[in-house]
Amino acid sequence: MHEMSLAEGVLQIIEDHAAKAGFSRVKTVWLEIGALSGVETEAMRFCFDAVTRGSVAEGAALEIVATPGSSWCMQCGVSVPVAERYDPCPRCGGYQLQVQGGTEMRVKELEVE
Amino acid sequence: MCTVCGCGQGETKIEGGPEHAHAPGGFSYAPHHHHHHGPEHAHAPGLPPGRMVQIEQDILAKNNAYAGANRKQWRERGLFAINLVSSPGSGKTTLLVESIGRLAGRHPLAVIEGDQQTSNDAERIRATGAQAIQVNTGKGCHLDAHMVGHAFERLDLQGGLLLIENVGNLVCPAEFDLGEAHKVVILSVTEGEDKPLKYPNMFAASDLMLLTKTDLLPHLTFDVARCIEYARRVNPKIEVLQVSAKSGEGMDGWLAWLERGVVGAGLPAISA
Ligand SMILES: Nc1nc2c(ncn2[C@@H]2O[C@H](COP(=O)(O)OP(=O)(O)OP(=O)(O)O)[C@@H](O)[C@H]2O)c(=O)[nH]1
Ligand SMILES: [Mg+2]
Ligand SMILES: [Zn+2]
Ligand SMILES: [Zn+2]
Repeated sequence: MHEMSLAEGVLQIIEDHAAKAGFSRVKTVWLEIGALSGVETEAMRFCFDAVTRGSVAEGAALEIVATPGSSWCMQCGVSVPVAERYDPCPRCGGYQLQVQGGTEMRVKELEVE
Repeated sequence: MCTVCGCGQGETKIEGGPEHAHAPGGFSYAPHHHHHHGPEHAHAPGLPPGRMVQIEQDILAKNNAYAGANRKQWRERGLFAINLVSSPGSGKTTLLVESIGRLAGRHPLAVIEGDQQTSNDAERIRATGAQAIQVNTGKGCHLDAHMVGHAFERLDLQGGLLLIENVGNLVCPAEFDLGEAHKVVILSVTEGEDKPLKYPNMFAASDLMLLTKTDLLPHLTFDVARCIEYARRVNPKIEVLQVSAKSGEGMDGWLAWLERGVVGAGLPAISA
């Protein structure tokens, strides 16, 4: 499952920082997840809980910040909002679109103790 | 235990690994997150609870770093590496076997085979006389750049073609860069023409879509033009080729595409 490998990636980043920044427990994790990344937030929560069991991040709250999708329309020559990768340009109805934003999958910050 | 990165036990098995491996006949790979949480990792004295730590790191940063190292190494060797992605059973291994036969030793080549279990596909490739190494991902549903880097160490390839057959899965392999020059998405005509809309990230990540098993088209209602239109909705730049490994139709176009890549990769790099 897609979200399982991503949750493992999140834990890996947390554990790297636990060693460097010297914390033993994570209370909150903020993720930035783009609307076009294909990540299901509910599946992500489920996998995060499973993967962090027995780790520094066990029981941590997961805050998911969704970033909107946007594409460059080659026909209109402007950036337009899109909800899905296969959506047409809301201005001209065409599909000559290049994704610009909304593919992010980042760990933004942690609240630790 | 891997001397490059210290990886040891894990689900993944690569054929022909060192003797001291944990897995019989192969060495194992583990994502590096099974570290202990001993007291040496305890919080520094004097720090207030609930402090914030800025991370701003891509979740796939580690994979991307390994992929970058693979890409650099393959470029230095003048290799053309492609990552074949598809749902299970689309005909990847059959296409590879047929392609290797038709290339008839014109270029040095090797295959890395990814499957959750069995070395059947690597054995099918080796039966052609080509070198192949099987990676079993266990529970993992995709190849990652780290395991592919280790598998490559077990091959002997300088110049030519590196063909990587990913685990059959139209979701996860889209996110994992292996260091390849191109992802090639394979869609067999028995799967339905709306796959590009159902799995848009995979078609967006690929530079070439190969429509396979076209010999079956007379028996189906698959609408080729509509399928291509859907693929271009999610990726206006995607190239499309149609092939049948069974009848041989379209194989010339596919082999020409591969050979252009091999020639390009072998040219001396233009320094930026
Ligand atoms: N009719 C027809 N059948 C094909 C063609 N290519 C493959 N097949 C059949 O499709 C089935 C799956 O082929 P494979 O090559 O094993 O597919 P794969 O994508 O490597 O499968 P996994 O590695 O298990 O995901 C086999 O029964 C093949 O004989 C083709 O061009 N035409
Ligand atoms: Mg196969
Ligand atoms: Zn437009
Ligand atoms: Zn996966």
